[in-house]
Amino acid sequence: MTPARKKRLALIGLMLIGIAVGLTFALRALDENIMFFFTPTEVVDGKAPQNRLFRMGGLVVAGSVSRPGDGLTAQFDISDNDKQVTVKYTGILPDLFREGQGIIANGKLGEDGIFVAQEVLAKHDENYMPPEVAEAMKKTHETATGAN
Amino acid sequence: MFLWFHKLGSPPHFYRIAGRWIPWLLAIFAVLLLSGLYGGLFVAPPDYQQGESYRIIFIHVPSAWMSLFIYVVMAFCGVVVLVWRMKLAEVVLISSAPIGASFTFLALATGSLWGKPMWGTWWVWDARLTSELILLFLYLGVIGLHNAIDDKRIASRAVAILAIVGVVNIPIIHYSVEWWHSLHQGPTVTKFDKPSIHLSMLIPLLLMALAFKVYYVLTLFQSSRAELLKRERNSKWVEELSRGQ
Repeated sequence: MTPARKKRLALIGLMLIGIAVGLTFALRALDENIMFFFTPTEVVDGKAPQNRLFRMGGLVVAGSVSRPGDGLTAQFDISDNDKQVTVKYTGILPDLFREGQGIIANGKLGEDGIFVAQEVLAKHDENYMPPEVAEAMKKTHETATGAN
Repeated sequence: MFLWFHKLGSPPHFYRIAGRWIPWLLAIFAVLLLSGLYGGLFVAPPDYQQGESYRIIFIHVPSAWMSLFIYVVMAFCGVVVLVWRMKLAEVVLISSAPIGASFTFLALATGSLWGKPMWGTWWVWDARLTSELILLFLYLGVIGLHNAIDDKRIASRAVAILAIVGVVNIPIIHYSVEWWHSLHQGPTVTKFDKPSIHLSMLIPLLLMALAFKVYYVLTLFQSSRAELLKRERNSKWVEELSRGQ
């Protein structure tokens, strides 16, 4: 490689390192804003913003979904396997909404500690399998836990 | 090896070789695409959660992979352009941009179509979706910058710098779902663990990914040949070529 080419290659390398370092700091500073949602633990601990819309994400607690009143409003608990928050939502729930499924709710925390959602999004996980396989996995899981 | 690379770098040689490859690539692409689509739409079972709607991944995921892959190719060409001033790398760089932009758009559009019924929204400003949108703007920036400068050799150098600078976005896109809480799910296939997708769905997915790769090379060869002819229109080999026909 000629010296001129070596110099140009080194310059490109330096440029890339500089941009990467700068961007790392910028993204770290913006971390809070890039985070798409807060966890229920953060909400219970008071780390979530007050009197302002924010998103909260977690798993819908099995058996917690109920429809009090007009049948359009759904109430359920969201948990991160540590703490849970009750959510109220009036509207159409997405297809993937079900107990045990991850969801993200956008709304405000009320005085009574109930999270009033204006929007509920389902968060899909990265697992894809046929229904029979899921069924079989559930069965083996049940027998495994049942034996203990 | 280096000699072969050097020879491939000469425009008339590349023009001939690429022309010879195009029909073969077209045949391979057709076989891969048809088997991938058949496997994905007819053979693969429905998903246990999403039912039939998950089948959009056979387009969405390969497009998203290609959008990242093509950008890396462009950035690599950018380095070759700036350091070695290789003409062919300039041509490959600029010919890749519209293909990459199309794949990025396809990934965004199919993701949006899937997002409405599954997530409950067409679009959210989460880290994965936003960084992929920035990638689309980077592609459009490369195309725009190239068109804005008349002298194509100078244009290529400017575009090369943009392509190299933009490559920092690629790891951000890939790791966005791990670094930040996002609505988009984590990686299924490209993780060190066993892929969390059933084999009957993984095989058509990989077939489609291969088909898209071959499609990229195919269209790249076609548009590179056209771009070469345009750029080298005053050279001897193009003159000979046109007189020969």
